[in-house]
Amino acid sequence: MLKDPYNIIIAGVGGQGNVLGSQLIGAILVEQKYKVTIGETYGASQRGGSVMSHVRISRVRQYGPLIPPGAADLIIALEPSEAARVLAHYGNSDTVAVVNTRPVYSIDVTSGSVAYPDMDELLQKIRGLAGRTFFLDATEKALKMGNPILANIVMLGAVSCGGMLPITESNLGKAICEILSENKVGINLQAFAAGRELTEFAIKEEISGRNFL
Amino acid sequence: MPLLNLNEPGKEVLFMGNEAIARGALEAGVQVATAYPGNPSSEIIASLAGVAPEQGMYVEWSVNEKVALEIAAAAACSNMNALVAMKQNGLNVASDFLLNLNLTGIRGALVMVVADDPSGISSTNEEDSRIYAKLADIPLLEPSTFQEAKEMTLHAFDLSRRIGNVVMIRSVTRISHARGNVVLGPLPAVLPAPHFDTSKPFCPMPSSASHPVLHRRFSEAEEILHDSAFNFYEGPDNPELIVITCGAGWFFAKEAIELLRLEAKTGILKIGTTWPLPKELLLKTLKKTERVLFLEEVDPVLENNVASQYAFHNRQLPAIEFMGKNSGHIPSTGELSPELVLRVLSKISGAPLPHQDEEHAARAKEALANYAPSRSLAFCAGCPHRSSLWAIKKALVLDGRDAVLFGDIGCYSLGIFSTGFFQLKTLHAMGSGTGMACGFGKFADVGVTQPSLAVCGDSTFFHSVVPGLINAVHSGSHFLLIVLDNNATAMTGFQPHPGSPVNAMGSPAVAIPIEDVCRAIGMETTIRDPFDLEETSRTIYELIQERSGPKALVLRHECALVSARKSKPRYKLRVDPEKCIGENCGCDRLCTRVFKCPGLIWDKASAKSKIDEAICAGCGVCADICPARAIIREEA
Repeated sequence: MLKDPYNIIIAGVGGQGNVLGSQLIGAILVEQKYKVTIGETYGASQRGGSVMSHVRISRVRQYGPLIPPGAADLIIALEPSEAARVLAHYGNSDTVAVVNTRPVYSIDVTSGSVAYPDMDELLQKIRGLAGRTFFLDATEKALKMGNPILANIVMLGAVSCGGMLPITESNLGKAICEILSENKVGINLQAFAAGRELTEFAIKEEISGRNFL
Repeated sequence: MPLLNLNEPGKEVLFMGNEAIARGALEAGVQVATAYPGNPSSEIIASLAGVAPEQGMYVEWSVNEKVALEIAAAAACSNMNALVAMKQNGLNVASDFLLNLNLTGIRGALVMVVADDPSGISSTNEEDSRIYAKLADIPLLEPSTFQEAKEMTLHAFDLSRRIGNVVMIRSVTRISHARGNVVLGPLPAVLPAPHFDTSKPFCPMPSSASHPVLHRRFSEAEEILHDSAFNFYEGPDNPELIVITCGAGWFFAKEAIELLRLEAKTGILKIGTTWPLPKELLLKTLKKTERVLFLEEVDPVLENNVASQYAFHNRQLPAIEFMGKNSGHIPSTGELSPELVLRVLSKISGAPLPHQDEEHAARAKEALANYAPSRSLAFCAGCPHRSSLWAIKKALVLDGRDAVLFGDIGCYSLGIFSTGFFQLKTLHAMGSGTGMACGFGKFADVGVTQPSLAVCGDSTFFHSVVPGLINAVHSGSHFLLIVLDNNATAMTGFQPHPGSPVNAMGSPAVAIPIEDVCRAIGMETTIRDPFDLEETSRTIYELIQERSGPKALVLRHECALVSARKSKPRYKLRVDPEKCIGENCGCDRLCTRVFKCPGLIWDKASAKSKIDEAICAGCGVCADICPARAIIREEA
């Protein structure tokens, strides 16, 4: 493994399937004999707030449920301004950020009390806060597949590329079967494949030789 | 395929802290488990309910926490193994019974799990429930890891049976709502035979007899726990500093000491049995050092109890500097975090913080200021509460007498913020809105002219609104109770309640209609669908015009999240750009600036409103809001 503990944050907005994403990663890695700790902030999560799941993976011991500042190795952002928020607290010059570029506007933004940043500028800022960044419109892909909630699985497909995380079709399918149900496996594996497709080339180029394991 | 009751000892699985507690209960042979839902405790009973039929146990979502404890106690007075779970506020509700039950004791096992919410992440307060263990003279255990959450629960059943009294486990958000590895143990083959021995009644009177027995049981617990493996010291023999910690604090302390490379001069005394304290281990450990730092959430409970032991044994101990909440080294409120613990330990020890990247810090500051817009909490897209509060607002404005809307606990608590148009004026405890409205509606006699209204949710109605209503009918108070009936305990995960036709275990149950309860006590009761804004608003206005005793209005529409699980959206919405007059709208963008459903967004480029297809729930209510009729609603 690149680093022990390996620290992942899934960042997004309530209702984006953030918690499920972390649970799937966790179940897959525990099956591979890792010690995994996940810290989640919800309760208010379905109600428009920022949501973060901290996933900590180690061969050595069970780490605490929260990542220290500046210590994230991989950030999976389901929303671009959440990527900026989380990278500001937890990113460093080696952090890999995989970012869904589709914005979710808060009621503060829609009501005009705060402005949503210009997208090009925002993506530029995200680049400046991480070591490597990958952008994809996972929500657009998910909408084409019939359900925007699948964006979280598209993102898992993205991070499975280039060996960032040891997630495969078969272990994801097994975890979905355990956590959701068997009839959800098909559509989720399609979303996973779509995420891989969107990202494969770019990630192979970017992090060749940098394997998770 | 649930992992919870898998009988594969040695298998390692990923469990949420609450699932680990549930698994511990199963390994202990739990027979009855009850709760009223409340985060961060809800998944304990939710997960047990999922396996109840297979395990042959009885699991119930009770009407409130006091009844939940009473049902668990009935089991524990009949030789059974019982578990009750609640959040910190729930223990306040259950405490009246607890503080008599402790005096009679039990003949069985009763483990009471209380999940506290430091920083109030999903609560109105961050009350530290541990004070109750001291108040009730019952043992208190606090897990620091997921595995320990399971082991402690298993052990707590044994301890409870041995001392014949309730044992309390206190978890926190960062254990209950976190996940980690748990190694499964065996499930028992034989369970205690249930029987209530009628020859031995449970009676706390006279307290001159029962109170000493309570103290004797507590002393037995102290004896059993004095060498518990849940307490241990890790570190050098003569450390410069010892961190005394419990709960989630242990994770943060351990990692901060590693990151600051303080292992050679700093020890950790991890306490799992926080009440009664393991005195022998504590005194032995205090002899090692002259500086102690306490890390715990939220109040200085461990800190004050250790300080008290230190005072009693000061002749055997060195002079020690105690640092923590009393000394101001640790903030007196809020949860702990890796950042906080790192900063405090660095300051105390002089060890430099891990490398700080100045350039990253500068860019981060700029990003936070300009590229991470705030996210105020909002009712979900399609939430019936938004419509209900919109209708209430319209009616109260029209009424013009500065009416007061009293509120309480549920998703609708957000009605006190902008997403609920600032309509709620009070927010305290379950059912408190109705009690307060009952009072305010009576004050016309002493000169109050403002109309009185209350809102409550369907689950809250059963939990603690009913006594307030009976009070109101009896006293002849004039107020309108609006029940926001979304057919779910939505805030905590859609658990059924007495108004639901199913119980926790998924079996059919007798549903009690809210309107029947109101009418039975003599209240005039009306039912409306809040999605019909016009009719709802008119009804509210009319109901508050006449002063004729308490009245009820049930605003019934299913929670949007529940609907979304069952069926496709009803409508497809779009904004007709020809009709939308953008900023020129008479009400200055009424839909996005005031109504603010997250499914409606503002398209800067065209300066018109737009539907966000990834968010919109298809409820169609916004079509009735738009003054220009620019939002088009078509059957999906």
